[in-house]
Amino acid sequence: MSALAHVPTPSGPAAPAPPPRRGRHRLLPYLLLLPGAAWLFVFFAVPLLQLAAASLYDPSGSLSTGYALTWAFSNYPDALQAYWPQFARSFGYAGIALVLALLLGYPLAYAIAQKAGRWKNLLLVCVVAPMFTSFLVRTLAWKTILSDNGWFVGLLRDVHLLAPDGRLLATPFAVILGLTYNFLPFLVLPLYASLERLDHRLLEAAGDLYANPVQTFRRVTLPLSMPGLIAGTLLFFIPATGDYINAELLGTPNEYMIGNVIDSAFLVRLDYPQGAALSFLLMAAILAVVFGYLRRAGTEEVL
Amino acid sequence: MTRVWRWLADRWVMGVALLVLGYLSLPIMVVAGLSFNRPSSRLSYDFDEFTLDNWRNPCATSDMCDAVVRSVQIGFIATVVATVVGTLMAFALVRHRFRGRSGINLLIFLPMATPELVMGTSLLALFVSAGVPQGFWTVVIAHVMFCVSFVVVTVKARLAGMDRRLEEAAMDLYASEWQTFRLVTLPLVLPGIVAAALLAFSLSFDDFIITNFNAGTTVTFPMYVWGAAQRGIPPQVNVIGTAMFVIALLLVGVSSLRGRRARRARIMSAVRPNGPS
Amino acid sequence: MIGMGAKLRERDAPAGDLRLANLTKRFGIFTAVDDLSLTIPQGSFFALLGSSGCGKTTTLRMIAGLEEPTSGQVLLGARDVTRLRPYKRPVNTVFQSYALFPHLDVHQNVAFGLRRRGKRSTDDDVMGMLELVQLRDYARHYPAQLSGGQQQRVALVRALVNHPQVLLLDEPLGALDLKLRRQMQIELKRIQTEVGITFVHVTHDQEEAMTMADTVAVMNAGRIEQLGAPAELYEFPATAFVANFLGQSNLLAAEAAGPAGSDVPVTAHGARFSVPADRARSDRGAVYLGVRPEKLHLVGSAAQVPSGHQHVEGVVTDASYVGVSTQYLVRTGWGSEISAFTANSGTGGQHPVGTPVVAHWDPRHAFLLPREPGQDDRTTPLLDEPVGAPS
Repeated sequence: MSALAHVPTPSGPAAPAPPPRRGRHRLLPYLLLLPGAAWLFVFFAVPLLQLAAASLYDPSGSLSTGYALTWAFSNYPDALQAYWPQFARSFGYAGIALVLALLLGYPLAYAIAQKAGRWKNLLLVCVVAPMFTSFLVRTLAWKTILSDNGWFVGLLRDVHLLAPDGRLLATPFAVILGLTYNFLPFLVLPLYASLERLDHRLLEAAGDLYANPVQTFRRVTLPLSMPGLIAGTLLFFIPATGDYINAELLGTPNEYMIGNVIDSAFLVRLDYPQGAALSFLLMAAILAVVFGYLRRAGTEEVL
Repeated sequence: MTRVWRWLADRWVMGVALLVLGYLSLPIMVVAGLSFNRPSSRLSYDFDEFTLDNWRNPCATSDMCDAVVRSVQIGFIATVVATVVGTLMAFALVRHRFRGRSGINLLIFLPMATPELVMGTSLLALFVSAGVPQGFWTVVIAHVMFCVSFVVVTVKARLAGMDRRLEEAAMDLYASEWQTFRLVTLPLVLPGIVAAALLAFSLSFDDFIITNFNAGTTVTFPMYVWGAAQRGIPPQVNVIGTAMFVIALLLVGVSSLRGRRARRARIMSAVRPNGPS
Repeated sequence: MIGMGAKLRERDAPAGDLRLANLTKRFGIFTAVDDLSLTIPQGSFFALLGSSGCGKTTTLRMIAGLEEPTSGQVLLGARDVTRLRPYKRPVNTVFQSYALFPHLDVHQNVAFGLRRRGKRSTDDDVMGMLELVQLRDYARHYPAQLSGGQQQRVALVRALVNHPQVLLLDEPLGALDLKLRRQMQIELKRIQTEVGITFVHVTHDQEEAMTMADTVAVMNAGRIEQLGAPAELYEFPATAFVANFLGQSNLLAAEAAGPAGSDVPVTAHGARFSVPADRARSDRGAVYLGVRPEKLHLVGSAAQVPSGHQHVEGVVTDASYVGVSTQYLVRTGWGSEISAFTANSGTGGQHPVGTPVVAHWDPRHAFLLPREPGQDDRTTPLLDEPVGAPS
């Protein structure tokens, strides 16, 4: 325990007390970290390397005949060429869903944090509650809600928002709706956390200083909720992009996202090199988006 | 007219919020409703006829109940391991200074930023190339892996918010290191650990994507539902879904009720006149 | 209550002064405590006074065992406790933020130390102690249910109930409001007198230190600037730091050329003054001529200055009526402003801003302090920091 070795002595009221330095405890942190770090290393980091290797296997091999690592970089362009529409769809659907989720989630988070008063906890539970039930069961429920002879489609047909033979299920609309629904709580919760910390008097001060409600939102509320907004955006976007359950259950092969392709590459077609290459492309693309976004948002303290 | 606008301006946010909450709760209501449904055909997704049979006999399809039991087993083991391992890591991160901190932080952060799909496929690639047969234990391994990070983050937050002076006070009052940990640190961090464990269990119980790649022939509840979606879903699935929801809600209700009682006691004592001081 | 004290004293650990020998603590390149040596007699109420970051809390933590010294020793009587773990020392601490265990009620908090030392029935001791601070009725309350003053008293008895040889108090009154703080100061002093335990009290509040302690040590940058009885420190400070940290002082840059008889003549800004030799900390070269503002008297003309007094002339630039006194700023002929407090006892008139005045003082109230050559006058601005304000 040699913490705070380079920090000047704290003695002000708010200063944290530095832990005593004890030589015999120097090994302790490593012992504490060992099981978890080893687990993550062996079952997270090493598999990623294995996946990287698999993405460079000779594509002509198979599970039964075995694969050879031939540094087949061509797997990447090949996979991209074959499946770029699904790739584009993954990011497109997730992007649209994200915009929708922001439009729905921000007012919700704001209302709970600033307007709900004594109902705050109840509303919060309502946000979290859906996650208590199985993800798949809930997604299947949308199949019921959006079904061709359900009340919702009937209503839309009656008010001519939908052609008499129009349908919602098995359309991009259903998939995007499902994505928005499934990951919305991940966006709302961090956003709520940062909006909840927002001092209501700041909004009053802005109003006092001649800001109208729109300006107050733009100049005060939005900047101060940025950390939550960034965290929520990432927590929404990352799983939404990699999702294939909504596309599978609520869409058709025409709505398939890259996840469906990877799933079938590994579990149906048993084309490991291609599946691995696609997985890596997905991860790389997501990380690129995430880090680009973080850099622009100018904050590192997310999650 | 302006008064109407004013009224609207004050309340539209809440109105939108309630609509969004409706959107979020709709599927659950449907699930709960369908748990009382007698479907006319195996592939029907519509409400046909009211019945209590599904609740009376949730294990009519025994495969499904086996899958639920398996999910609980996996969830339990994965939760225990991930909670212990993750809590230790959180202690190291908050309480100790060591070399390689940023590397460890990255190792904890990355699993949360990596799509489940990639974690699932990479583990599959590892198990296949290492010749490990997939099944119950590979699922447990995978679940512990993705739960650990969430445990670390949750416990870390609690631990970081804890006043170090309390432990110093304990040591000052003749408690040895172990007594200090047992009597002060642990009770104070426990709520964080419990929250982390509940989170880990719910993540594990509900995971489909990673499990799907690593389960071999083992069928968990989400995998059962996935398979059934192609063949036709037994209405008992909705019973399980509703029951999970109710149990979780009860847990939340009880804990918040206890919290409220403690808060009320505090307020009462604050209102009571203080002793002569 | 008297009985309580007697009971405590009976069971006191073997007698012994607390001694710090060449105690040094470095954090990296920062020296928090620098070669500190001092002896705190058993049973005394000792205050370590200094602004934040001066090393006083680090010193306290080293005595408690919560910090290991870089070098030097902590001795209790003849026993070297420098490397002893905190739970093996007969020393208890009242923490700054009280550090009451939030998951234990008041009774359990107070009984904590007794239990750790294997005492089975703690109820009598705990309730007796709670009685001492009038918190008997709160035994089953949790810390969050108590007011700041009540928490503070629980923290105090939680430490006292163990009959430590030394009780350490780390700014224990800092979080209380002014009125409660004054009340607790008197209370603490009373309890200390009753139990006879050595109290080491760390504070940045000079008034608190002076009210409570028998001996005050003023710390600055890891060193003790001066140590002594409160009145001694105030009346005859040893350094410019002490002169200004403990109350206010007018320090005029002066030159001295050694003692002449029983006096030390000095020149400051062209005028000649003198100070009794026994009030000179330095009598040659660059010195400060110091006079406390309340020792300065204001009159309208030089003719009114009593014989034997020395004086400077100036113009009133500010007058603040603060009830018990009026605090003046007087601009001297050479441009510095000095402050003077006059008691509103009804004997002297007021001096409006802009009027010329003569400030005079009895040379026996002045003092000479060493000065770095080149340093100019140091006169504390009027009402800059209210007494006892947290720094």
